[in-house]
Amino acid sequence: MSFHVRTVEPPRVEAPHIDLTARLGDVVLPNPVLTASGCAAAGRELAQFFDVADLGAVVTKSIMLAARSGRATPRMAETASGMLNSIGLQGPGIDAFLEHDLPWLHEHGARTVVSIAGGSVEEYAELARRLRGAPGMLALEVNISCPNVENRGLVFACDPDAAAAVVGAVRRHTAPAVPVLAKLSPDVTDIVSIARACVDAGADGLSMINTLLGMALDLDTMRPVLAGVTGGLSGRAIKPVAVRCIWQVHAALPQVPILGMGGVASGRDAVELVLAGASAVSVGTAIFHDPSAPVRVLAELTEVLDARGFTTLADAVGHAHRQ
Amino acid sequence: MSDGPLQVAGQVLSTKRVGAYHHLTLVAPGIAERTRPGHFVALATGGPDSGLTLRRAFSIYKVDTRGVYGGTVEVVLAVHGAGTAWLAVQHPHTPVDVVGPLGRPFSLPKDTQRGVSATLVGGGYGSAPLFALAEALRSRGCRVDFVLGAASADRLFGVLDAKRMASTVAVTTDDGTAGTRGRVTDVLPEVMAAAHSDVVYACGPMAMLQAVTAVAARRGVVAQCAVEESMACGIGVCMTCVLPVVGDDGQTRMVRSCVDGPVFPGDRVRWDDVGTVPAGTVGAPVAGGH
Ligand SMILES: Cc1cc2nc3c(=O)[nH]c(=O)nc-3n(C[C@H](O)[C@H](O)[C@H](O)COP(=O)(O)OP(=O)(O)OC[C@H]3O[C@@H](n4cnc5c(N)ncnc54)[C@H](O)[C@@H]3O)c2cc1C
Ligand SMILES: Cc1cc2nc3c(=O)[nH]c(=O)nc-3n(C[C@H](O)[C@H](O)[C@H](O)COP(=O)(O)O)c2cc1C
Ligand code: FES
Repeated sequence: MSFHVRTVEPPRVEAPHIDLTARLGDVVLPNPVLTASGCAAAGRELAQFFDVADLGAVVTKSIMLAARSGRATPRMAETASGMLNSIGLQGPGIDAFLEHDLPWLHEHGARTVVSIAGGSVEEYAELARRLRGAPGMLALEVNISCPNVENRGLVFACDPDAAAAVVGAVRRHTAPAVPVLAKLSPDVTDIVSIARACVDAGADGLSMINTLLGMALDLDTMRPVLAGVTGGLSGRAIKPVAVRCIWQVHAALPQVPILGMGGVASGRDAVELVLAGASAVSVGTAIFHDPSAPVRVLAELTEVLDARGFTTLADAVGHAHRQ
Repeated sequence: MSDGPLQVAGQVLSTKRVGAYHHLTLVAPGIAERTRPGHFVALATGGPDSGLTLRRAFSIYKVDTRGVYGGTVEVVLAVHGAGTAWLAVQHPHTPVDVVGPLGRPFSLPKDTQRGVSATLVGGGYGSAPLFALAEALRSRGCRVDFVLGAASADRLFGVLDAKRMASTVAVTTDDGTAGTRGRVTDVLPEVMAAAHSDVVYACGPMAMLQAVTAVAARRGVVAQCAVEESMACGIGVCMTCVLPVVGDDGQTRMVRSCVDGPVFPGDRVRWDDVGTVPAGTVGAPVAGGH
């Protein structure tokens, strides 16, 4: 019996024959693979497995003004090819983020997309003001899948006017060179109308998709598994929803850059989102399965594009619409 | 970077039934050298095309840096759901991706404190990380006593290992099929008294850890407890594995058990409030707020 075992080396990330440059608004990334908000914390833990500077960018866990304890446990349930989570945006608040997290990312050469979340338009605006000029911040992602405490907890992302109000406020308080990406929820009747409202309000790009609202019951207790009752569904199970949303929005708004996410676990998955219209792709839940998933996806994506004769990533963006 | 966890494309070397459990040995070079007692590994389960998304966490039972086939890592698993059921039936050579060693290990008495008396309490497969701990303690000149408990005799793990290493071994089972009928905490006070115990180390179900913490506290001793919270990633990025823990500043925080634990001083964990966000926790919802 012989055993050949190797340490998982981060795959080589550059493939010289393909131009992987990705554009999100005015920002140019060396490659199109990012982490998804809430699945990579603020980069430190993943740096044990690969160099965070090798990614297109790190997208940080959504940060709020004040420290947040998050929800009670259980906070997760594994489901077929995916999971439900109900974390409740646990985090240290913007002060600690600016003091510890963003500087760490900057020192380690990571390009950083800062994700912000709030309970009111004013909280989002204040976050944007606090982040203005922060070193190392490349772009802002606005997580609008949060309940509006000033309007009976209605989720901003589900109402074009509320979504536009948040995005407009953030855009006004953010330096012009820093793109603002609005992160859309798939749990809406017409995602194109929400996308349009965000773009009209000044969004430079769109991130999609956030998790889908789901729920699981425990057949022993006959009660909800999650302490928070409902939770966000993510992972491979939701990739077809992501492809559909990206396809519809890219068809309606072909000039607007899309950061695609939802179930990306391989280079093939990433390329599928790119062909549907994503200019770059975030890897989320797959990180829980494989901490080096982002760099693996990048290496695989390069091969998948190459095998299809693409010499630049840009040519592949939205290619399925032109076939 | 050199002390942190590794991700290793491992392979099954062997699986063996031990009572109600499965003893799994994985070839996973590099991990053994970094492992200290109390560390755990997170395994990908189900094979390459599996729909099982999340890692499964297991205490490290043993490691060997020099195995014939390269460094090995051994775990003891109870079949619970799909992931553990898959691991239990794999044949040699099945690839298993291993991430580890993870978490904060047990802290050992400082070398100078020779002669410390340590009492190790294991519930069910929770005894698995205690044997490497016992060896480390003994090599520092500590006295080691074991209390091992389980629901029934087939759910005890490592009684023979314990007998080899410890001054005394007390065994309890809920149904009386081995040792004293009852709970570990029924015999723990006597064991601690006889051993003049200075420190307790415990791993097992949360209710046991809470009870052990209380028994130890009555003798003015802190129990170092390795907790088991539901984990999705095991590496600190998902925030699913939290429990309320009191910090040095007296404030309660929802703390990640995968990176700040799994070992916590028992007197810092708010056992009664596990599964809730107790009022006053840093960042807890306030009336009219979130
Ligand atoms: C630090 C630590 C050490 C552990 N050591 C051991 C050990 O030595 N031997 C052993 O048999 N078991 C151990 N466990 C428990 C083991 O991780 C779970 O039994 C296992 O994950 C269940 O997986 P499953 O697919 O069989 O069950 P499922 O219920 O299908 O698992 C679904 C998901 O929930 C998570 N999950 C479910 N139950 C638990 C649990 N009790 N703890 C953590 N995650 C859970 C799984 O990781 C998975 O993501 C340990 C857990 C932790 C946190
Ligand atoms: C545990 C967990 C936490 C998340 N936290 C956030 C968050 O803080 N902000 C956010 O915009 N999205 C959050 N998300 C959503 C992801 O960023 C992503 O949009 C979604 O999970 C779909 O991608 P995936 O299938 O690759 O995970 C979270 C997802 C998970 C699984
Ligand atoms: S298991 Fe993911 S943070 Fe602890």
